[in-house]
Amino acid sequence: MINGTAIYVLWLREMKRFVRAKSRVIGMLAMPLFFLAFLGLGFTGMAIPGMPSNVDYIHFLVPGIIGMAMLFSSTFAGISVLWDREFGFLKEIMVAPVDRISIVLGRIAGGSTTAVIQGILVLGISVLMGFKIAGILSFFLSIIFMLLIAITFIGLGLIFASIMRDIQGFGLIMNIIIFPLFFLSGALFPLENLPPWVRYISYLDPLTYGVDGLRSVLIGVSSFSVAFNSIILTGCALVMVLLGAYFFEKSESV
Amino acid sequence: MYAITVDKLTKQFNGFVAVDHISFTVNAGELFGVLGPNGAGKTTTINLLSTLLKPTSGYAEVAGHNVSKDKDNVRRNIGIVFQEPALDDKLTGKENLEFHAMMYGMNKADRRKRIKEVLELVELTDKANVLVEKYSGGMKRRLEIARGLIHKPEVLFLDEPTLGLDAQTRRHVWNYIKILNKEHNVTIILTTHYMEEADYLCDRIGIIDHGKIIALDTSANLKDLLGGDVVSLEIEGDGEELMTHLKELRWVKAIKKHDRTLHLTMEKGERRIPELISIAHKLGITVLSVNLREPSLEDVFLHFTGKTMREKEASQRERSREMARRRRGR
Repeated sequence: MINGTAIYVLWLREMKRFVRAKSRVIGMLAMPLFFLAFLGLGFTGMAIPGMPSNVDYIHFLVPGIIGMAMLFSSTFAGISVLWDREFGFLKEIMVAPVDRISIVLGRIAGGSTTAVIQGILVLGISVLMGFKIAGILSFFLSIIFMLLIAITFIGLGLIFASIMRDIQGFGLIMNIIIFPLFFLSGALFPLENLPPWVRYISYLDPLTYGVDGLRSVLIGVSSFSVAFNSIILTGCALVMVLLGAYFFEKSESV
Repeated sequence: MYAITVDKLTKQFNGFVAVDHISFTVNAGELFGVLGPNGAGKTTTINLLSTLLKPTSGYAEVAGHNVSKDKDNVRRNIGIVFQEPALDDKLTGKENLEFHAMMYGMNKADRRKRIKEVLELVELTDKANVLVEKYSGGMKRRLEIARGLIHKPEVLFLDEPTLGLDAQTRRHVWNYIKILNKEHNVTIILTTHYMEEADYLCDRIGIIDHGKIIALDTSANLKDLLGGDVVSLEIEGDGEELMTHLKELRWVKAIKKHDRTLHLTMEKGERRIPELISIAHKLGITVLSVNLREPSLEDVFLHFTGKTMREKEASQRERSREMARRRRGR
């Protein structure tokens, strides 16, 4: 059933587009880097309630900003099906003798690769700004968390792309879904500060476990254990991919 | 042996009937045309036959496979050139072809050979490594035709293949289509709203209007249906009165009034013109101009729908919009 060649060629296409769209990559990197630079500099040395005392703010912030970069680039990769529909290329994909699952897997493969590359770039720039990674193992574990975040939100993007018929709702999705997911995830401040009811909502946000997982593997500080974060996030990734595939399969392509 | 069999095929979008119980067959090796104004249901028909849309009811078989139940086998055996470009602009021409060939599961040797062949066929070999965003409209269309052929489909769908092309490129594309059909034996079904395109290319033509096929035959037979030449009289005065008088003549086979012009069908039209003018003269009606010609598909269209294609286009723009609205669920 699963068509490896088709997954590969869909992945290859994403890679080629990624390499050729330099301005898009820079644009996608700019926002997390601004957050990192201004928040990191602005809040440095400040006593933030709920922050572990042995961690300075920039080290607390970097995993959150990586999570943010992953959230935006992955959701965008999922929603980019809409652009393919708008520019007609989706028909070329859909009329090919390839089962729909392989098409979804190909898009996830391509989207998660580009998203993880962006996450690694943010991490690399953070290191240049003074961020210290515990070790090589931390680095590899953080890539696994990046991958899980990417798969989860590409799935979410696919759901949006399948439900919306055109790209006009894109801004709405960004503002009422993606930004709240970002702010609720604890990327910028410890969730312990939030009133209990908001904290409970943040536990429904998959990115919470992504950011917490990244924090635990990169700086050794977290609310939950690495195992707990990875299990919850793997579960989210699976559910989102299945839902994304289901909605994609159901939607008509023309 | 039929390449395509369609039986009472119907597609509704939220209650809007885009394709309404159409039935026809296309023979293997035939070049079949679907002619109709925009919004008549041509593209929806192609999308149904190419498995992109699910039929609401009815049955269709393409290359021996059911379009509802056996989609993968249908997809494997068809090529399609969509009405709007369906290329990835950020890839080169060759990369677009490579993508297609891999999606259709061709091995490396076959891919290389076929891509070279189809690029030569559409004369794009020297532009193969240029990004598609740099292509002109005509080049894009040719690349799409090439792409539709890589995997040697039994049936090729061409949805408005020359829409928006200049006259010279159109000729060019027509030539490819002829070559594909006659020399490579590809069964082709093309949609068009250009009369001369259907007339020039197609073995048989189905005229579609409001989602229904209203006539289907060879171009010559369709024109013969009208029975002879068409004489058009542009008049000043009471057209209705003239019509009543002309209707009584047994050699006038059909009359259609259209603005200030009467279209009359008759045999040996050139010998009847003096008589027509004298009848008009007796009624005090001035004939401003006379036109005699063999019937065109436009006359056939007028005969079956009571309107010219151009008028239909205008009145059906609303229908197209309505269809788009329903599809978006608004």
